[in-house]
Amino acid sequence: MTNRLIELRHVRKSFGSVFAVSGVSLHVDKGEVVGLLGDNGAGKSTLIKILAGVHAPTDGEILVRGAVVQNWSAARSRAAGIETVFQDRALCVQQSIVRNIFMGRELAGAFGFLRVAKQTQEAERLMREIGFTSKVFSPHSIVGQLSGGERQGVAIARAIYNKADLIILDEPTTALSLTETEKVFRFVRAVREGGRSILFIGHNIHHVYDIADRFIVLDRGRVVLEVARDEVASAEELISFMEGIAHPVAGKAMPFADKMRVLA
Amino acid sequence: MSQSVLPAQRPAGRPLRAFVLGNRAALGTLSVFLVMIAVFMAANPAVFTNWNTYNSVLVTLPVAIFLVVPLVFIVTVGEIDLSFPATFGVSAWVFALLVQAGLDPFLAVLAAMATGAGIGAAVGCLIIYGNLSSLVASLGMNFMLRGFIMIVTGGKSIALISLSDAPAYRILSGDLYGLPVQVLWALGFAVFASQLFTRHRFGARVHCVGDNPDSAAQMGIDVRRVRMMTFAFMGLGAALAGVFSTMINFTWWPTAGDGYLLTAIAAVFVGGTPTWGGIGTVTGGALGALIV
Ligand SMILES: Nc1ncnc2c1ncn2[C@@H]1O[C@H](COP(=O)(O)OP(=O)(O)O)[C@@H](O)[C@H]1O
Ligand SMILES: [Mg+2]
Repeated sequence: MTNRLIELRHVRKSFGSVFAVSGVSLHVDKGEVVGLLGDNGAGKSTLIKILAGVHAPTDGEILVRGAVVQNWSAARSRAAGIETVFQDRALCVQQSIVRNIFMGRELAGAFGFLRVAKQTQEAERLMREIGFTSKVFSPHSIVGQLSGGERQGVAIARAIYNKADLIILDEPTTALSLTETEKVFRFVRAVREGGRSILFIGHNIHHVYDIADRFIVLDRGRVVLEVARDEVASAEELISFMEGIAHPVAGKAMPFADKMRVLA
Repeated sequence: MSQSVLPAQRPAGRPLRAFVLGNRAALGTLSVFLVMIAVFMAANPAVFTNWNTYNSVLVTLPVAIFLVVPLVFIVTVGEIDLSFPATFGVSAWVFALLVQAGLDPFLAVLAAMATGAGIGAAVGCLIIYGNLSSLVASLGMNFMLRGFIMIVTGGKSIALISLSDAPAYRILSGDLYGLPVQVLWALGFAVFASQLFTRHRFGARVHCVGDNPDSAAQMGIDVRRVRMMTFAFMGLGAALAGVFSTMINFTWWPTAGDGYLLTAIAAVFVGGTPTWGGIGTVTGGALGALIV
């Protein structure tokens, strides 16, 4: 199983008495784009925060490249080659673009002093690479003064900096314009062509349908469906499945009925 | 992909402008202060043109700088520390006792610094791991340590007459062409700290944690550790302030440090560091100390 990049086994996460994630097993292989779907509150963000080391699972196992990890943390997740663009972007809005891009991973030389010029150069290069450039801001611009799309650009630039093996994108296209969304898609395809993996979360099924190799549908903290791209006829089929889960109608046939997992 | 080159918004050739913009709060107050001095000078030339008046400022200003500068870090990281006057007192006490016992003053300084950093870390521990409000915990610590000093010493001070002959005294707080040497040490400390603040990994993380601790944690920064280190740094500064104050006066008083609580805090805010965390200015803080 050399191909397996990351895997969750029977992971549960409770906040107080509620289970946001209740027994999820899933994996992401090298070079694939996995689309994680689910309604608001399904537990998608909680799940990826477990992968990112932000939340410790209540129980269950995390495996990276086939080995169970202990004391998983955000720092370890990043060190293991996983970069996450969180739903809330995880930016510091009073700080410069440079400081945000290198947050937690500063380029430092002797005695921990920053390599200021190098950081500025790299930030400039990354912003250009991602295509979120503008004449009005520089690497020293304060993030709080940028538009939503530009902030998203900063978060994505940060995620591609160290050529991570897995990039997790939590609803990256929400609140973006059409051209900005197109840029995100182009970016996802470029990452896959580079042989790296993406876990793409969204509730716009059309967006996810266009780019994913495999789909995982989450509902109330459980995986209810896992299908490969070629098993799905159209985005509409996925949409009708999701609607069927949200508003079950007795007697109505569900798509993927044979593949569906537990449905309460 | 767009090929447009990003323009640099901060031209390297205009550092003065950047300095002025970055410290406009402090500089504004400073200019009001200078106008006031000019008015006083005109009104009472005898007192205000006498060098001794300013020399006395130069004697105490360094002590304030050792407090104000780390306090800028504390406020920027989103905390407050009201325990530094007692940390000042206890560290200087350790210094005085060791010098009195005949230890080399340099070693006594190191011991005082370790004491200060240790107390700072303990305060940080209470706040961070004890989950207490920084206001309450640090104020409580301040009263407790001061009470401890008073009980043990019975309110008696320690005179260190022998100190004036020690080489340590000449190096740390002697005279250099009429200028008190401690001014240079304080200036050096402020310059070092401002580099730490703006161009060091620790400073960068202090900014991020104060700006948005959740974001910092999500990016793998150990938020608690950064806060702890900031409190330890505050303790270290308080210890240095205590040592310099004791050396300048050749005496340690059980109340040492008490008078600096409000002035040091005021200097931080006058200097232009806002109360909400995430941003601050060490240079502004040092200018604030001068004004206050
Ligand atoms: N930090 C938290 N504390 C308490 N409850 C939480 C927390 N984070 C998420 N939840 C709850 O967990 C459930 C799943 O949330 P989330 O993972 O954000 O869903 P999604 O990203 O799929 O919209 C929701 O009911 C939410 O209220
Ligand atoms: Mg979410």
